[in-house]
Amino acid sequence: MIRTTPSSLSRLGHAALAVALLAAGSLQAAPPPTSEVNTTGLAVTDTTVTVGQLHSATGTMAISETGSIQAEQLAIDQINAAGGVLGRQIKVIKEDGASDWPTFAEKAKKLLVSDKVGTVFGCWTSASRKAVLPVFEKENGMLYYPTFYEGLEQSKNVIYTGQEATQQILAGIDWIAKEKKAKTFYLVGSDYIWPRTSMKIARKHIENVLKGTVVGEEFYALGSTSFGSLINKIKLKKPDVIYAAVVGGSNVSFYKQLAAAGINGTKQTLLTISVTEDEVLGIGGENLAGFYSAMKYFQSLDNPNNKEFVAAFKAKYGAASVIGDVTQAGYLGPWLWKAAVEKAGSFDIDKIVAASPDLELKTAPEGYVKLHPNHHLWSKLRIGQWQKNGQAKVLYESELIEPNPFPKGYQ
Amino acid sequence: MFSEYTTEELQNIFMMQGFSGLSLFSVLLLMGLGLALIFGQMGVINMAHGEFMALGAYTVYFCSTLTEQYAPAFGPYYFICAIGIAFLVCALVGALVEFLMIRHLYHRPLDTLLATWGLSLIMQQTYRSLFGAREVTPTLPEWLMGSFNLKEGLDIPINGVFVLCLALLVTLVMILFMYKSKFGLRLRATVQNRKMSSAVGINTGKVDRLAFSLGCGIAGIAGAAFTTIGSTGPDSGSRYIVDAFLVVVFGGAANMLGCVASAFGIAQAQSILEFFLEGTKGKVATLLVIVIALMFRPQGLFPSKVRGH
Repeated sequence: MIRTTPSSLSRLGHAALAVALLAAGSLQAAPPPTSEVNTTGLAVTDTTVTVGQLHSATGTMAISETGSIQAEQLAIDQINAAGGVLGRQIKVIKEDGASDWPTFAEKAKKLLVSDKVGTVFGCWTSASRKAVLPVFEKENGMLYYPTFYEGLEQSKNVIYTGQEATQQILAGIDWIAKEKKAKTFYLVGSDYIWPRTSMKIARKHIENVLKGTVVGEEFYALGSTSFGSLINKIKLKKPDVIYAAVVGGSNVSFYKQLAAAGINGTKQTLLTISVTEDEVLGIGGENLAGFYSAMKYFQSLDNPNNKEFVAAFKAKYGAASVIGDVTQAGYLGPWLWKAAVEKAGSFDIDKIVAASPDLELKTAPEGYVKLHPNHHLWSKLRIGQWQKNGQAKVLYESELIEPNPFPKGYQ
Repeated sequence: MFSEYTTEELQNIFMMQGFSGLSLFSVLLLMGLGLALIFGQMGVINMAHGEFMALGAYTVYFCSTLTEQYAPAFGPYYFICAIGIAFLVCALVGALVEFLMIRHLYHRPLDTLLATWGLSLIMQQTYRSLFGAREVTPTLPEWLMGSFNLKEGLDIPINGVFVLCLALLVTLVMILFMYKSKFGLRLRATVQNRKMSSAVGINTGKVDRLAFSLGCGIAGIAGAAFTTIGSTGPDSGSRYIVDAFLVVVFGGAANMLGCVASAFGIAQAQSILEFFLEGTKGKVATLLVIVIALMFRPQGLFPSKVRGH
């Protein structure tokens, strides 16, 4: 669309006006034709693009995945309100993985093969990601995965928007060792791949780099609710730091029983990598007050992006809702995908993959992030101290940490 | 592993360790009691037992929210009332379930398994729709938090003591009820010989309904008590059900004392093994011990001596 240009273009103010008008003109211009932006038969029309969302809306994991579902939907709504992606409104097909890993694989296949979705935002546990990975690689789909996880994985077809283990663990332990002059550590986790791998990395770092001692390392079955014996052993060994990666329902029992046994934030240093604002809702701020979490995001982060994000989230999902680390990482998924599509000028998977390395996002609630060629994000690590009201006070913020999913010397 | 500690430290640890075994015992006992009545006495395999516990826990959460909103001054006392309400709610729902579903299935024990499993799924989804997928915790009164600090290094958690007392109280009341009351007599008669009981004028249908709703009510008390040690989610019930059946089967299904003994045995074994091994290994070792014990005593610790019906 061509606008009449004022004759006195040489004057600076008018030039700016012209640029603005041109920009406005290009917004109203027809979006690029579908034949150009979609050469592989994805579900893209002249006005819409269909994407998939694959989380557990039912079953054990629904507790954790609800936040991601909400944040992804919020991002998609915001993108649509701002004009969509390449002029196309995003339509979402929601599938329920039902906390069951084979179901995840089935639904992933359905989304990619029958629905031909442009991308999928989804999965939460490593088990579900491992289950869908072969499907995404075979059908050449795209997955944006929001959870912090154990690393040791990298795929052309997955963008990991949460932190891998070394990003979350090393800087956190360094901080606590320096700040609390900690020498002895007691490692506690739930019994599955993420805590096991994380504790392995933590132990190597404590023993080889910090020259400290691990006085105990224990894993409890998922869903365990009695930690009496463990707490007695902790009392006997008196570690400087309890380092915890207990998840799910066990989390609540663990912290309640610690509090009941007189182990609290004023007497004992505890650093966890598995408690976000979501979990605090169940555990209760009073049982956690004074303990520390190592995460890349806390709801209380003080920056304009985050204030806007928190306000929008609460406006959509109610004032009582809380936002944890993974929820924020889920929110990044649609925005990163939009940025990649626009940079590539195409919805084709291979072109998105080619456009992804070094992609920047300046509007992320956690602050500036950049995508590494290994498909993980450069991100900061923050230490938050939990307060009675269920929010964290951020005490430390690292520099941007390079993602390193295959750390040498830690395996 | 103890050489580097003083005798006093060791004493404290052993006392606390003994107590943590006792508090696990009280948890298992509460889980098993209601089921011992329903499964042990009535022969109904109630797969929804865990969901009734969750119902009790949600009732406490509901009461806590109401108290906070409308009568904050009542905060320190509401918990005791909430346990009573949880009992009533679960007993009522139990009676309803018995009337609508269970009573049609008494002669088909395996079908009760399927039907109650279906019921458990329905109840889980109802919780999810009503209370959301996230786990919730009621606000507990101050007096339940923290620990008795008997001396330096010896802390006994108050909520553990509370659950222990509650478990013992419920057990005592139930044993008295079963063996000293008219209803208990009728119930035991019905279990031993339904036709004969009916012939001498016992309304066996009514006895069944009361027994089932009592079992559910006790599950409600258990669920209410567990809010002091864990959180409640839509599928909390499925976490409890395995342990509950373990206690009842290991104890010898039809015997209240068996239930107590088996809860005590499992709790102490697990607690001690967890101390000397580690979490998962302790649990595995406990299950192994139970499996071996059941190989030699397939009827459980205290097999029932009554004739089946």
